[in-house]
Amino acid sequence: MMRRLRGTGVSSGIAIGRIHVLAAKHDEVQRYVVKDADAEIARFRRAQDRALQQLKQLRDKAAKDFGEGKAELFDTHQLMLRDPDYLESVEGLISSSKVNAEYAVHSTAEQFAAMFRAMDSSYMQARAADVRDVSSRVIDILQAPAEADGQQEADAQPQGEPYILAAQDLDPSETVQLDRSKVLAFVTAEGSANSHTSILARSMGLPAIVGIGDELNEDFDGVYAIVDGSQGELLLDPDAETLHEYQSSQQRIEEHRRLLQELKGKPTVSSSGQRIRLYANIANPEEVDNVLANDAEGIGLFRSEFLYLESEDFPTEEFQFNAYKQVAQKMGDRLIVIRTLDIGADKQVAYFGLDKEDNPALGYRAIRICLTQPEIFKVQLRALLRASAFGNIAIMLPMITSVDEVRRSKAIIEEVKTELRAQDIEFNEGIQLGIMVETPASVVMAPELAKEVDFFSIGTNDLTQYTLACDRQNQKLHQFADPHSPAVLRMIEMTVTAAHKAGIWCGICGELGADLTLTDTYLRIGVDELSVSAPMILPLRGVIRGR
Amino acid sequence: MSISFTTIVKDPEGIHARPAGQIVKEAQRFSSDITVTAAGSDADAKRIFAVMGLGVKTGDTLTVRVSGDDEEQAAKEFESFLRETL
Repeated sequence: MMRRLRGTGVSSGIAIGRIHVLAAKHDEVQRYVVKDADAEIARFRRAQDRALQQLKQLRDKAAKDFGEGKAELFDTHQLMLRDPDYLESVEGLISSSKVNAEYAVHSTAEQFAAMFRAMDSSYMQARAADVRDVSSRVIDILQAPAEADGQQEADAQPQGEPYILAAQDLDPSETVQLDRSKVLAFVTAEGSANSHTSILARSMGLPAIVGIGDELNEDFDGVYAIVDGSQGELLLDPDAETLHEYQSSQQRIEEHRRLLQELKGKPTVSSSGQRIRLYANIANPEEVDNVLANDAEGIGLFRSEFLYLESEDFPTEEFQFNAYKQVAQKMGDRLIVIRTLDIGADKQVAYFGLDKEDNPALGYRAIRICLTQPEIFKVQLRALLRASAFGNIAIMLPMITSVDEVRRSKAIIEEVKTELRAQDIEFNEGIQLGIMVETPASVVMAPELAKEVDFFSIGTNDLTQYTLACDRQNQKLHQFADPHSPAVLRMIEMTVTAAHKAGIWCGICGELGADLTLTDTYLRIGVDELSVSAPMILPLRGVIRGR
Repeated sequence: MSISFTTIVKDPEGIHARPAGQIVKEAQRFSSDITVTAAGSDADAKRIFAVMGLGVKTGDTLTVRVSGDDEEQAAKEFESFLRETL
């Protein structure tokens, strides 16, 4: 019988193979009374010394295999093992309660782990694993017969076929000691998106699921299974049909990887010599690595809403500046189009104190908020302009319906620039300004709007909804809301024509940009840029190069 | 005598494990006592669990107090280190 276990998928991909359960290390530590506390403290210090030596070796191994970033973790472990508070606690327990060193280390570890678990950041909560890892190293040494330590770690891994590694949770030291060529995927009962297993899996490009719970146990050793990292599903003893299904999606993923190798670094040019720039859409700075991995030529739409949606109050200028700067620096000289806040309609934030509207899509949203409450807009503009000194940033205004809105926005941008100049704060004087073309009004006014800005980017989702008068969220309207409708396509063509007449570039950043059945149309009407989700970049490049 | 200064944490993740380790290593280079205060709690900058236990987040203000034989040099170097790291 096939069984299905769920957890949190923290690294995408599919793996198929046998499970190998990594046996849990000494869950229980014996407590006994020692006669000579001083001798026991001396025994602890010898073990501590030995553990510090091991950590130094691990540090070097991690630096060699994974890079300096991972190695620093073991510096932190050494500091933990030398920490006066930690040592006082262990030695205090031994001398006052006359307990054995193993028990003193174990209860000290639990005490510090509890401190981390009580902290309010999920990242810090995950650090409980570090204290446990350091402490179990010392306990292992205390319990091992002399000379034998280190040996059992090397023996723990099976020989032969690659396997799906299952464990309660993986310690950082376990993860760096793995034979990486043998591991297909990671599945753990505990852990979070910030646990070492997750971080490691992502850096190795292996699928991983964490937090499956106690259902994942030693009985699964040797069981044939499928790991679906994007869905967070572990399928045990899959039936033939399911297996077949996953094998084909695994092949598709492989195909994508192959495409990646083949098309990476190649220009996006059709056989007749027409060039389209392929950019990526992102919603937060963490996606930049994926953008670069998929070889995007820039970022065509960076939705800045995450800054507002993830905060409990208006994000500060400094906070925004750091987020934009981080992306700008990572992207080097590639263009990053950042859309100013597009709150309202389907994206609500409590602290904006927006009234409930009968018709939010036609309501108080995006640029309308910015022009009504310029004090909110200015904070974002200052952050954007300051970050423009660190990379190739462009500003894009959403929901434009008139020339007046653009001119008013430009006046506010000028005010901010004047302030920055007066304060001697650097920014890119030549920063590009563009608008989203997503309302029928902006299409009709495109010839005039094109004289005001440096580029257009067509937001096809809203443009479809507003052109066809169909609510995007209403399932019943599906048959009427056809983005391939000639009305929408003609809107796109009108926009591109107006842009080119004024000598500016025009892209598409809505979902329709990735629609491969329309690629020929885009080439015909001369769209300059398509901004799509990162995994679509290379398939799209493949299609364009084939035309 | 002692020297104090304040700095604002800009790292979007706050003082997480790696910078905490770097802070402790840097602080241990000096003989002076170095105390870090954030949100009303104090921590000895030479103790990793204490520094991590502060749970410092981005935007928090750190007050640092340095006192001891090499306090002048320690304060100067530790301050520029913090500004660069956090």
